[in-house]
Amino acid sequence: MTQANASAMTGAKMIVKALKDQGVEVVFGYPGGAVLPIYDELFLQNDIRHILVRHEQGAVHMAEGYARSTGKPGVVLVTSGPGATNAVTGLTDALLDSIPLVVLSGQVPTFMIGTDGFQEADTVGITRPCTKMNWLVKDTAKLAETIHTAFHVATSGRPGPVLVDIPKDVQFAQAEYVAREKIKTSHYQPRVKGDIEAITKLVELLEKAERPVFYTGGGVINSGTAASQLLRELVDATGFPITSTLMGLGAYPASGRNWLGMLGMHGLYEANLAMHGCDLMINIGARFDDRITGRVADFSPHSVKAHIDIDPSSINKVIRVDLPIVGDVGHVLEDMLRIWKSRGRKVNKEGLAKWWAQITEWKAVDCLDYKNSEKTIKPQYALQRLEALTKGMDRYITTEVGQHQMWAAQFLGFDAPNRWMTSGGLGTMGYGLPASIGVQVAHPEALVINVAGEASWLMNMQEMGTAMQFRAPVKQFILNNERLGMVRQWQELLHGERYSHSWSESLPDFVKLAEAFGCKGIKCSDPKDLDDAIMEMIRYDGPVIFDCLVEKHENCFPMIPSGKPHNEMLLGEAETQGVIKAGGAVLV
Amino acid sequence: MSALNITKGSSSHSAYDLRDPYAEVIESHTLAVLVDNESGVLARVIGLFSGRGYNIDSLTVAEVDHTGHRSRITIVTRGTPQVIEQIKAQLGRLVPVHAVNDLTVEGPAVQRELALLKVAGKGDARIEALRLAEIFRANVVDSTLESFVFEMTGTPEKIDAFAELMRPLGLREVARTGVAALSRGA
Ligand SMILES: Cc1ncc(C[n+]2csc(CCOP(=O)(O)OP(=O)(O)O)c2C)c(N)n1
Ligand SMILES: [Mg+2]
Repeated sequence: MTQANASAMTGAKMIVKALKDQGVEVVFGYPGGAVLPIYDELFLQNDIRHILVRHEQGAVHMAEGYARSTGKPGVVLVTSGPGATNAVTGLTDALLDSIPLVVLSGQVPTFMIGTDGFQEADTVGITRPCTKMNWLVKDTAKLAETIHTAFHVATSGRPGPVLVDIPKDVQFAQAEYVAREKIKTSHYQPRVKGDIEAITKLVELLEKAERPVFYTGGGVINSGTAASQLLRELVDATGFPITSTLMGLGAYPASGRNWLGMLGMHGLYEANLAMHGCDLMINIGARFDDRITGRVADFSPHSVKAHIDIDPSSINKVIRVDLPIVGDVGHVLEDMLRIWKSRGRKVNKEGLAKWWAQITEWKAVDCLDYKNSEKTIKPQYALQRLEALTKGMDRYITTEVGQHQMWAAQFLGFDAPNRWMTSGGLGTMGYGLPASIGVQVAHPEALVINVAGEASWLMNMQEMGTAMQFRAPVKQFILNNERLGMVRQWQELLHGERYSHSWSESLPDFVKLAEAFGCKGIKCSDPKDLDDAIMEMIRYDGPVIFDCLVEKHENCFPMIPSGKPHNEMLLGEAETQGVIKAGGAVLV
Repeated sequence: MSALNITKGSSSHSAYDLRDPYAEVIESHTLAVLVDNESGVLARVIGLFSGRGYNIDSLTVAEVDHTGHRSRITIVTRGTPQVIEQIKAQLGRLVPVHAVNDLTVEGPAVQRELALLKVAGKGDARIEALRLAEIFRANVVDSTLESFVFEMTGTPEKIDAFAELMRPLGLREVARTGVAALSRGA
């Protein structure tokens, strides 16, 4: 490549230009020797904002929060070696939850690769199983093209994280920039339109079903807001009940007439029994995860199952379905609605009326009921108050992982997609705090709350520094039970109440910790003070760490123990004695 | 609940290609996977098999299109029908994979493998080895007074059979290429 060439530029410049051409506004990152040329280029421009994190895992979760709340890919920049290895948990998290990310990592110069150079790691080797695709770029002439391809792959079909590993000499060398429009993406074009014959079959089933249920997942959210809109139209027009996985909350509004609540291990009684008893299950963008199915052999034994998914490998992976439809949820729903309408909008009214009567009976069980207390704050109560006091606000919720996460899913209502960010597939403690910052960066005026457990929160608490530096007024609502609550619950139910290492000792004073970071700390332990304390948190103009001291031994119900079918659900303390046999204990 | 009547081939994707859903029989399938010949692509394919617990009985790979930089990976794998469908779907969604063909279900195919076998011995054993080699149409590609190296091509079963016969006659070493396969006809 000749220097004289007008459009020749260094690899580092090319990277920044490619990001701009992809419409990137924010990069979450952390510098180091192998990415200094890129940081130099970032310094010389003002279009892309760089958020300096405190740990690379934080950067990836922030990018996930950013991506999930905007529908755009999140971008991360890390250095070689430890920078890249620190990103691995976040990459795996994004892979399991199908979140589009583009991670750029520095690498030792090409001539040093394989010599165990300083901060050398086999980054593409390490991240191959935890990315949708990754590339090591050894030639500057291929760099721009690779970055554009990376964005295409991350956001096409089933979204996911990708990584581009860039040796330092490739960042310094010059080559010609390849424009975004010039790249060939023809061979990676996952199919989006569903098979019309199969969709028509599904409409026929829909017209006759006596006990139908929509079982929706994160695929609806990933498909875009239009898909959520179509889903609402379909559900309301057919009058069918609808449940959703943890990942899909908000696609259909929690305030909607046909909403059954979340299903699964800690899902609602009516949702799980509807799944168990239905005669037609319409899976839209969900993947029959083991948290959903319980014992596979007894999963929804009397239903015809249809499955709409953009990823052919999701079909028949866990549950044999009768009617697979490979395609993008939005496209398939559009065709489905059109065909159903053109055939006269038929449903089995009589069957449906009986089905709803049955569901109403199940609802009357009031499975989320709990014993409240005047003395201690029950975690469920704290979330009910949080819900009531933030209702109608421009609100985004992230969570950590544990009991608090499940209670948040049960007690908070989401009326729009992209408002609920939680680590579903990987269950990554430490996700919520950085994710909340990523959400806030994308939505500076919104109220962003991380519903946290004290143990999870400590895992990435260093990111409070990031929140302070970039004025991200995130609210850390910590349900502090001084326990690894979910672990403690399992030990109580499965391991003879031997609470092996499941309590949080030597916890910091969260209020003082807040002061140390320069933000606001609030502590609350009396139910009577809770409303005022929550309002104080909401009104404070800046980050808040809210230490909400809750009941220490509360269990999360309903619960389908591992290895049990949906209709063997535990509803409360009275039913928990010796319920989980050895077979269930080996499952997680 | 029986599978709905979706005509086979109503979609290009294998998800519609339902065989007996309850069959628990283990089948052997030969898959031809056309991939971009780029660094890491073999690791990606092998990692998929090890990471998800699938079997590889044989694997061969070589660039078959030097201008387009495409390699053909031929994999012989085993599993229940459901697992085989999963393997194909999982391979199919890898970004550098262009096509996955199941030669076992897509009609008749020819399979060949090349093997080199070193057999050492004297006297009757040596004569017997040579005689069997002729029957199996194996060529002698190297010989000393005390050894032969035989070259043979054939199906894996034929090579297995020959190697089994050579064992008591002084089989020392075997090198096999793994299976290459193509569908029959145009
Ligand atoms: C990184 C990581 N390590 C371990 C676990 C296993 N785990 C799941 S929930 C949990 C306890 C979480 O405690 P806390 O954050 O206080 O939430 P609580 O259940 O008390 O609400 C643990 C240890 C995990 N999910 N993630
Ligand atoms: Mg806790």
